[in-house]
Amino acid sequence: MQIYLPIAEVSVNAFLLLGLGGLVGILSGMFGVGGGFLLTPLLFFIGIPPAVAVATEANQIVASSFSGVLAHFKRKTVDLRMGVVLLIGGLVGAALGVQVFNALRAIGQVDLLVRLCYVVFLGIIGALMFVESLRAIRRSKATAGAPPPRRHHRGWIHALPFKMRFRTSGLYLSVIPPLLVGLFVGILAAIMGVGGGFIMVPAMIYILGMPTKVVVGTSLFQIIFVTAFSTLLHATTNYTVDMILAVLLLIGGVVGAQVGARIGVKLKAEQLRILLAIMVLGVCGKLALDLLLQPSELFTLGAASGH
Amino acid sequence: MKQILLILALLLAPLAAAAQEETVVAGLSQNEVSITANFNGSEILIFGAVERYTPVPEGNPLEVIITIEGPDRPVTVRRMDRRYGIWMNTEAVEVDAAPTFYAVATTNPFREVISDTEDLRHRISIPRAIRAVGTETEHQRDFTDAVIRIRTNEDLYQVLEGAVTLRNETLFNTSFRMPANLVEGDYTARIFLTRGREVVSSYETAITVRKVGLERMIYTLAHERPLVYGLLSLAIAIAAGWLASAVFRYIRMGG
Repeated sequence: MQIYLPIAEVSVNAFLLLGLGGLVGILSGMFGVGGGFLLTPLLFFIGIPPAVAVATEANQIVASSFSGVLAHFKRKTVDLRMGVVLLIGGLVGAALGVQVFNALRAIGQVDLLVRLCYVVFLGIIGALMFVESLRAIRRSKATAGAPPPRRHHRGWIHALPFKMRFRTSGLYLSVIPPLLVGLFVGILAAIMGVGGGFIMVPAMIYILGMPTKVVVGTSLFQIIFVTAFSTLLHATTNYTVDMILAVLLLIGGVVGAQVGARIGVKLKAEQLRILLAIMVLGVCGKLALDLLLQPSELFTLGAASGH
Repeated sequence: MKQILLILALLLAPLAAAAQEETVVAGLSQNEVSITANFNGSEILIFGAVERYTPVPEGNPLEVIITIEGPDRPVTVRRMDRRYGIWMNTEAVEVDAAPTFYAVATTNPFREVISDTEDLRHRISIPRAIRAVGTETEHQRDFTDAVIRIRTNEDLYQVLEGAVTLRNETLFNTSFRMPANLVEGDYTARIFLTRGREVVSSYETAITVRKVGLERMIYTLAHERPLVYGLLSLAIAIAAGWLASAVFRYIRMGG
């Protein structure tokens, strides 16, 4: 069944969109990640204009994270105070990100920027996860049950001013590092059309030293507001949010996530992580090849900058 | 159906003014294309007749050229080059006005039915329909050629040589397939009669392409009340996501 998307102005198969949403939903349910970093490039591949894909994906992330954050609130695993600090940084970052996005769109470099961001971040995250889960598997085979070496927190973060107490996380630390983390994730969210959980979660654990149990809920809390804000910015400055596209992806995604969550329970954590790492590296490799190999069509058409 | 339309066209033929020896009268299967939620392109049938009060002239045979042209828009064409090992856009050229859709159908190969000067005057072939002001250098031509190549691949530009059927030098018809990725606006259909590669008569009519219903509503809201639209899409997406997971939970509990 073909459906005409009113904002993207292309006609696509509705079941293809439901299927894509479902597939990414299964993966996100299995691995507990948002899936935006996979869905946005997939939308490019099926011919959705990049600007529409990024803006619509932000809208879809808000909705798909919503039920997740409600569950975390019930379990009291959201550090509201930390969430708000991350959010302030995130909102500023999203505003900056949309400005950068629009400026680069005018000079025709937005595709390059989006692709480069994907290659760099997916490459780094994928490689780190791959190495760490390999090491975890080897360790669990060698010395069963030996606790991993505990990380020592670096001194410089504790030397910063403007300290604040975060009771839920059990931390007393300066507001500058969380603000910067939020800012950085906000910029990425607006440019890449992702929630940014795959960057924020490691940053919260390794840089801020937050306990793992509050990390996911708190990052979801921040992601909802930042992506909602960037949806509104894209909608009011570029008119690129496609309501119909978002709803179709979402319905597929929600159902897929439920299925994925049950598959995930049956697999071991290390195996899951190594699978996710391979997938992340795969998407990264495909995007990198597109940048390195000579494209079959050297010319591209765009709306004139005056329009 | 086609026959009925042709007969109708013939009956209407005497109404047209007979200023020239041969004039063209024509009709379209539809003057309006509505883009609905399940829009998947559209087929337009163009038919007509040649009206004449004298016998069919001797010599050069009659030829028919039919074009459909979408609204003109400026286009930025960018070219990629290898820089620092990666392929990126390096050069951009602005094409002042290029039709968003252009199809031309003829009775015979293009060069046999019209001369270059007539093509230039009436802007019939695709390269003539694109206006690129400035120096027509070799360099600039690369960019205009790219517009034609890319849009031809997307079926937005079509050259259909021999697609017009002409019977007894009097009745003609052809059909155009318009793709799904159409731009809204006023389209023009033109019909040219030529003899000896010279235009002897022409006819022009309009086709309106509009989004309707839900598509129209969403598009208008998004452009005229963007903040309301943005908030609404957030609300709808959240509601849809919540509903989908509630339904799924209900099914799982039931089963």
